Amino acid sequence: MIEMDEIQKRILKEVADLHDVPEGAYNIRANGKSLGRESTENIEIIPRDTGDGLTIRIKPGTKRESVHIPVVLSESGLKETVYNDFYIGEGSDVVIVAGCGIDNCGVQDSQHDGIHRFFVGQGARVKYVEKHYGSGDGRGKRILNPVTEIYMEEGSSAELEMVQIKGVDDTNRVTKAELKAGAGLVVRERLMTHDEQKAISTYSIDLNGEGSNADLVSRSVARGSSYQKFDAVINGNAPCSGHTECDAIIMDRGRILAVPGLKANDVDASLVHEAAIGKIAGDQIIKLMTLGLSEEEAEEQIINGFLK
Amino acid sequence: MLELKNVSFGVDGNDGGKEIIRDVSLTLPDDKLVVITGPNGGGKSTLARLIVGIEKPVSGNIYLDGEDITEMSITERAGRGIGYAFQQPVRFKGIEVFDLIRLATGKKISSADACEYLSAVGLCARDYIKREVNSSLSGGELKRIEIATVLAKQPRLAIFDEPEAGIDLWSFGNLIDVFAGMRRKIKGSSILIISHQERILNIADEIIVLKDGRVSAKGSREEILPELINTSVAVGYCNGVKGETADD
Ligand SMILES: Nc1ncnc2c1ncn2[C@@H]1O[C@H](COP(=O)(O)OP(=O)(O)O)[C@@H](O)[C@H]1O
Ligand SMILES: [Mg+2]
Repeated sequence: MIEMDEIQKRILKEVADLHDVPEGAYNIRANGKSLGRESTENIEIIPRDTGDGLTIRIKPGTKRESVHIPVVLSESGLKETVYNDFYIGEGSDVVIVAGCGIDNCGVQDSQHDGIHRFFVGQGARVKYVEKHYGSGDGRGKRILNPVTEIYMEEGSSAELEMVQIKGVDDTNRVTKAELKAGAGLVVRERLMTHDEQKAISTYSIDLNGEGSNADLVSRSVARGSSYQKFDAVINGNAPCSGHTECDAIIMDRGRILAVPGLKANDVDASLVHEAAIGKIAGDQIIKLMTLGLSEEEAEEQIINGFLK
Repeated sequence: MLELKNVSFGVDGNDGGKEIIRDVSLTLPDDKLVVITGPNGGGKSTLARLIVGIEKPVSGNIYLDGEDITEMSITERAGRGIGYAFQQPVRFKGIEVFDLIRLATGKKISSADACEYLSAVGLCARDYIKREVNSSLSGGELKRIEIATVLAKQPRLAIFDEPEAGIDLWSFGNLIDVFAGMRRKIKGSSILIISHQERILNIADEIIVLKDGRVSAKGSREEILPELINTSVAVGYCNGVKGETADD
């Protein structure tokens, strides 16, 4: 039976929408140890000998199954690096929910660096959802540095939803992808930083196969004195199509740097980048105020919608 | 009842500034439908923005039911029952039509409630309720959603800024039904419509003509409408007031 305290339960709810033990395959990691693990007939979760991560094997043809691997840190001063490898069998169709929540009430920094590698088999489909959340009022920082690598076989598709809305002080996200022919990658990133927070998000996507395609959209809000850097490179090495979009709202004294990078190494590569940074449009606030909202309430609704 | 007393408004500019509203005084009685018309650039939208609180007058005062609201914020005026359908409605990324209607009502509502307002403006509610109020909507759709938000707000004083624009697939008759419905449902409500359309002028109790920031004529429909039509040239009333040539 899995024993969790109230803080752990609360964080788990934030990062994985879990109230209790998930259905299907799962591993719950709390303060550096596995609290519970369950494999299923088609999805095998094997801990690494070194105790610092998992190997997850999904049998070819597995359909409509899910894997939950949430991580909770509720002890101040804990620092860990975790390696998870996912082997997603040919023709399977699965959802993987990861996510990390840190509650730091102490003075020491807490840090979780998750290194996730996905090997997506031919014709397989995977949806990966990753939510990051920080809480606790200690002076110790909450630090998350996720690395995501995706290797996509022919005709496979992957959809990544990465959300970090609140409470993470420092984050350096690195996402790499390599796509073979006919593979398709969709990334939706939602980021909000506040106070003194810093977030760097770097993407490098290689479109290596004919007909491969990537669509990367980042929506972010920087408030307080926070800083964000969005650095997205798509390399078109074959007849392919790629699109990156950075759509950002700045508030207060927030700062955002967007660095678009498109490299076309094939005459039939078609690559597009869009970037827009600005404060909330004044007429949006005015419209909501005419409906009876205060200026602050209007801003909140606009940002909520924008990051949805 | 809304009263404007000697309201003036202008903007600073490189060329010494510009007066947009010049010493306007007028009264909007309860239970009345008043139409403001006049040439483009005459100051109609600016006058609406002054009433809603988006702009503040340089001089003069605005009273709602005897209370001076000149210095009140947009939110406070909305709370006192003023609603405004923008001439150019605003788009929002991520906010759904349902969200906007819900915010307008100021309470928890079901999708069935929201659908009622959308149906009233001729939109098939099922298709629109989950749509984002973003650039995927056509100008006409957006304009009707804008009208629906004002309906949902149930204001005592509703201002519609050129509501007829973009009603392409919808009919004038329906739009006029919307105004009639509001008058029936909201007791003591007054409606102010900015319009060039003769069919809307035809349902006015009173008409105000605003030209160069000044009220150039006001009175009952019976008094004003024939004048407007007589002074316009043969191309018809609408072109007359729009083209600024009617009275010149
Ligand atoms: N904020 C502003 N700054 C400068 N000029 C403005 C501003 N608002 C309105 N105007 C000018 O005031 C005049 C009246 O505009 P408006 O009220 O929109 O007229 P209408 O709605 O009757 O067409 C126009 O000449 C317009 O360009
Ligand atoms: Mg106007």
